[in-house]
Amino acid sequence: MNELLKNIKVDSEGFLKDHNEWSEEIAKTLAEQEGIYELTKRHFEIIYIIRDEYSLKGQAPSLRRLSKVHGFPTKELYQLFPGGPGKKAAKISGVKKPRGCI
Amino acid sequence: MRNKHLLILGGGTAGNIFSHRFVKELDLDEWNVTVVDQSPIHYYQPGFLFIPFGIYKPDDVVKNKSDLIHSRVKQIYSKIDRIIPENNNVRLIDGSLLSYDYLIIGTGVNIAPEEVEGMKGDLWGRSVLDFYTYDGSVALEMALKNFNSGNLVVHMTEMPIKCPVAPLEFAFLSDAYFKRNGRRPDINIHFVTPLSGAFTKEEASSVFGQFLSDKNINLHTEFNIAAIDNMKKEIVSWDDRKIPFDLLVTVPTNMGSNMIERSGMGDELNLVPTDPATLISKHYENIFVAGDASDIPTSKAGSVIHFQAEVIIQNILAKINHRPMQAEFNGRANCFIETGNEKAILIDFDYNNDPTVGKFPFQNIGPLSLLKETRLNHLGKMAFKWMYWNRIIKGKEIPFT
Repeated sequence: MNELLKNIKVDSEGFLKDHNEWSEEIAKTLAEQEGIYELTKRHFEIIYIIRDEYSLKGQAPSLRRLSKVHGFPTKELYQLFPGGPGKKAAKISGVKKPRGCI
Repeated sequence: MRNKHLLILGGGTAGNIFSHRFVKELDLDEWNVTVVDQSPIHYYQPGFLFIPFGIYKPDDVVKNKSDLIHSRVKQIYSKIDRIIPENNNVRLIDGSLLSYDYLIIGTGVNIAPEEVEGMKGDLWGRSVLDFYTYDGSVALEMALKNFNSGNLVVHMTEMPIKCPVAPLEFAFLSDAYFKRNGRRPDINIHFVTPLSGAFTKEEASSVFGQFLSDKNINLHTEFNIAAIDNMKKEIVSWDDRKIPFDLLVTVPTNMGSNMIERSGMGDELNLVPTDPATLISKHYENIFVAGDASDIPTSKAGSVIHFQAEVIIQNILAKINHRPMQAEFNGRANCFIETGNEKAILIDFDYNNDPTVGKFPFQNIGPLSLLKETRLNHLGKMAFKWMYWNRIIKGKEIPFT
């Protein structure tokens, strides 16, 4: 376990339990665990939008919301967070796993 | 003197229940109650699932709204242009205005196939079909009849969708249907979902995953569709996975009414931000949102509206009588899930409790098994149609609660 993450509480899937414990350094470490070795300015634009929305609404925005409301093309989200941008971006942003819809 | 107005937008399950309940609950010397809907036809939407398999005939699911909505409620059949919440009125498409003291939005969700590139392409209506509309499910009956071999892909585009178990049921019923007519060995059935498992809730997901596997249905998870390639007959995901199909049965994106967007009241799916407990719009305290039209985190299904109706009625009455609102919705939903061969599973859950294995206390009939495949559950599902037409939309009690 990485030094930085040692004192941070995460759930069984590695999502931070408290989004206030997040920092950019932690984001970089979490990203590496997800196979993303460089967080660009563009990554952080998205990360901060996710964090802002989470603070406001208590849940991470959906991909549709990131594209339709915030203007990030879905294709780009998949390039930046390969494999599953919804979950990966939320995890790196230090917020809870997006609620699987019901 | 009648000078107060309760206006209900949408004459579906919610609108019907409210029409029957409010004529009893409100003083009709004082109150006008009006329902507005763009279509005079009421569809029993849970029945769409059964039409493709010949279990229901198209006639089983269609009635005139005017025969269902309470006769003491004024009915207007017109497209709605928009709600103007600042002025407490609603503008119809012909420009006329209806003012209200309280408004209930019950305009539901509809499929939006145009949201996915290529979905409404050349194959739409032929080998790309849906079963969330009357026309789609009637067309599917013929398509399944003529389908002899190849890839049948049952697909859901993105969440949330109405009745999130329906695509699973479609896959299960397809398996049973093609086994019955002997074509199953020549048909591959694929179940393609954006979720990480067969269903949204963990324990249910593993039960359904096992069912898919037992029935030899291929499960593809976390598939977020980017486009349909009409030339190659493939669905393509954002991360470039491709699944070829001969017949694609898809659940397109479900979106709230365009009227909500025109009113500037919706989120990115035209759903109305709503308090999950009181069911009041987050922005306007005299607007309630019932059923599928809201953004609250529970299933989009008729059973949910049945549970919500009481909360909305009590809260509106409390507001009218200047009492504190006390009724709170707990997210309750339950549904029967057809698994084929005249068996079904029953699940029951709310905001805080996931579906689980157990028994459901069923008045007069006895306990039904939760999350277990039984014939009695299937009979429950079949009885539901009668219950829907005769009790639910008339706002009467049902033995599920």
